Amino acid sequence: MAIVAQTSRFSKIAWPIAAWAVGLLFFFPIFWMVLTSFKTDADAVKPEFLFFFTPTLENYLNMTENYDYWRFAANSVICSVFATVFTLFVGIPSAYAMAFNPSRSTKDVLMWMLSTKMLPAAAVLYPMTFITKNFLGIFDTHFLIILVLSLINLPIVVWMLFTYFKEIPKDIIEAGKMDGVNTWGEIREILVPLAWGGIASTALLCFIFCWNEAYWTVRLTTTDAATLSKLIEGNRAPEGLFFGRLSAVSTAAVGPIIVLGWFCQKQLVQGLTFGAVK
Amino acid sequence: MGRIVLENVTKSFGDVEVIPPLDLTIEDGEFAVFVGPSGCGKSTLLRLIAGLEDTSSGKILIDDADVTAVSPSKRGLAMVFQSYALYPHMTVRKNIAFPMRMAGVSDAEQEKRIAAAAKALNLTDYLDRKPGQLSGGQRQRVAIGRAIVRDPSAFLFDEPLSNLDAALRVGMRLEICEMHSRMETTMIYVTHDQVEAMTMADKIVVLQAGVIEQVGSPLDLYHKPRNVFVAGFIGSPRMNLFSGPEAAKHDAATIGIRPEHTEVSTTEGTWKGIVGVAEHLGSDTFIHVHDTGLADTVTVRIAGDIAVSHGDTVFLTPQAGQIHRFNADGLRID
Ligand SMILES: Nc1ncnc2c1ncn2[C@@H]1O[C@H](COP(=O)(O)OP(=O)(O)OP(=O)(O)O)[C@@H](O)[C@H]1O
Ligand SMILES: [Mg+2]
Repeated sequence: MAIVAQTSRFSKIAWPIAAWAVGLLFFFPIFWMVLTSFKTDADAVKPEFLFFFTPTLENYLNMTENYDYWRFAANSVICSVFATVFTLFVGIPSAYAMAFNPSRSTKDVLMWMLSTKMLPAAAVLYPMTFITKNFLGIFDTHFLIILVLSLINLPIVVWMLFTYFKEIPKDIIEAGKMDGVNTWGEIREILVPLAWGGIASTALLCFIFCWNEAYWTVRLTTTDAATLSKLIEGNRAPEGLFFGRLSAVSTAAVGPIIVLGWFCQKQLVQGLTFGAVK
Repeated sequence: MGRIVLENVTKSFGDVEVIPPLDLTIEDGEFAVFVGPSGCGKSTLLRLIAGLEDTSSGKILIDDADVTAVSPSKRGLAMVFQSYALYPHMTVRKNIAFPMRMAGVSDAEQEKRIAAAAKALNLTDYLDRKPGQLSGGQRQRVAIGRAIVRDPSAFLFDEPLSNLDAALRVGMRLEICEMHSRMETTMIYVTHDQVEAMTMADKIVVLQAGVIEQVGSPLDLYHKPRNVFVAGFIGSPRMNLFSGPEAAKHDAATIGIRPEHTEVSTTEGTWKGIVGVAEHLGSDTFIHVHDTGLADTVTVRIAGDIAVSHGDTVFLTPQAGQIHRFNADGLRID
């Protein structure tokens, strides 16, 4: 009895402390970034101004004046929104088919889809750049970025949706068939309303991945379709002299997504635990 | 209309043949019940008719039209599932309206039919609830309501009552029977409960391992079981089956006598045995008799006023003409 009481008192204190510690650890880089964004480039590298400094908005003002932040932001919004919509548009029917009409090779197809994520992006960088620039002429277009973002997120989206759809009793879908609904009707009238929570969290996660994607968006754009990732990249100086500026750009780039994530916390947690929390 | 014909239908899952070639006709307006032990393929057969499973070979005809390759949504059949399978995100009203909405029935007509179905099924007060807020019996009635409003050519039921408690089950059984006599629509009903089969069916289809053992009216099956399997399956408690010398006396490999067709006496009779456990059902008492030399136990029905107790010696006499005889292949000898 005593031991039980002790461990429970111990865990009552220890677990929250551990949780807060982990939380702060993850939060620290963001906190540091925001803090640094209010320092001048010169102050940013001086240890004596670690926490106490004269805050300035100079970096932010510079940013909108010099690099047209809004154009990069608009590109990020366009590419992420369209890529997310397109991914779901393809992903929902695919996951539906695999969840409710599985064939012998459904498991293999799922594994194969995931295996495409194992291909190192660097291995196809040169062909991608070469082909899109010289043959297709779609280098640095919204179309290309939307396509690439969709394709790299499709496997994970299909996997997540598949897991959600699996939880819907097959009988309900079959009842729909008996009630005279065709395949699109089933998806629209039954599947989507029933899996709404899962679809929303999948969409949100996909949107975040698209927004933060940097490898391809940096390398396949120059100006026309350049996203916020490209803006951050452009402010990176090898000498590390512009930390204040870089932090301001980064803050402005991740800001919208952090706000969005904050408002959708509940959905996100549900999404990341793959429906375990119900 | 709703005449359903299966011609040479087979079904395999991978390498396992669940339904060997099978022919069956269900006439328009008939109440057909599929019975058989668990895993014998009742649900599979029903799902083949519904179109939820594809046949491996053979043809399915509804009103003489070949529907083998037609999708379930176009076969014009309605199905009631064991799990009810209501749409959890819709109210009772929307659940019932759903098939009509899909068929493009006008709003006014929908309202009319919903009201009629709700009245017939005692659901009027629950129309605006979600399925999650209903009891099992109410859910089952919603499922039935959803099936009747669209006026299908046949109803398919897959063990619709097995999730309900005993009292409710009897009530719903009567409601479904009444619905059938009122609407005169073909119904196919799957159950493993032979009491349900006997009380509801016009025609019983007894299945074992995907093979039809016998098709007939409940009394046909009771009085003239075609083989040993049907003899043992239909009737409650089970028919007593003996083989060996006693069967040989009747020129058969196996003979059977039902518990209710055996006279019991404490003084004289054909077979002698010792009384074991007695089961009192109120109207009837069944006793299990041991040491008869015929089988491990023989079950017999006794009138309530015969006083026998555990360990007594009793004599059993089969009623004249009630012995069923079967040959070495298990088939009935007449
Ligand atoms: N999708 C499937 N894949 C493989 N085998 C299956 C499938 N569905 C059913 N079976 C097999 O087919 C046989 C018949 O199954 P079915 O569900 O028709 O039995 P049933 O008579 O309805 O039994 P119960 O009374 O338990 O519901 C069983 O042996 C089952 O294991
Ligand atoms: Mg079954």
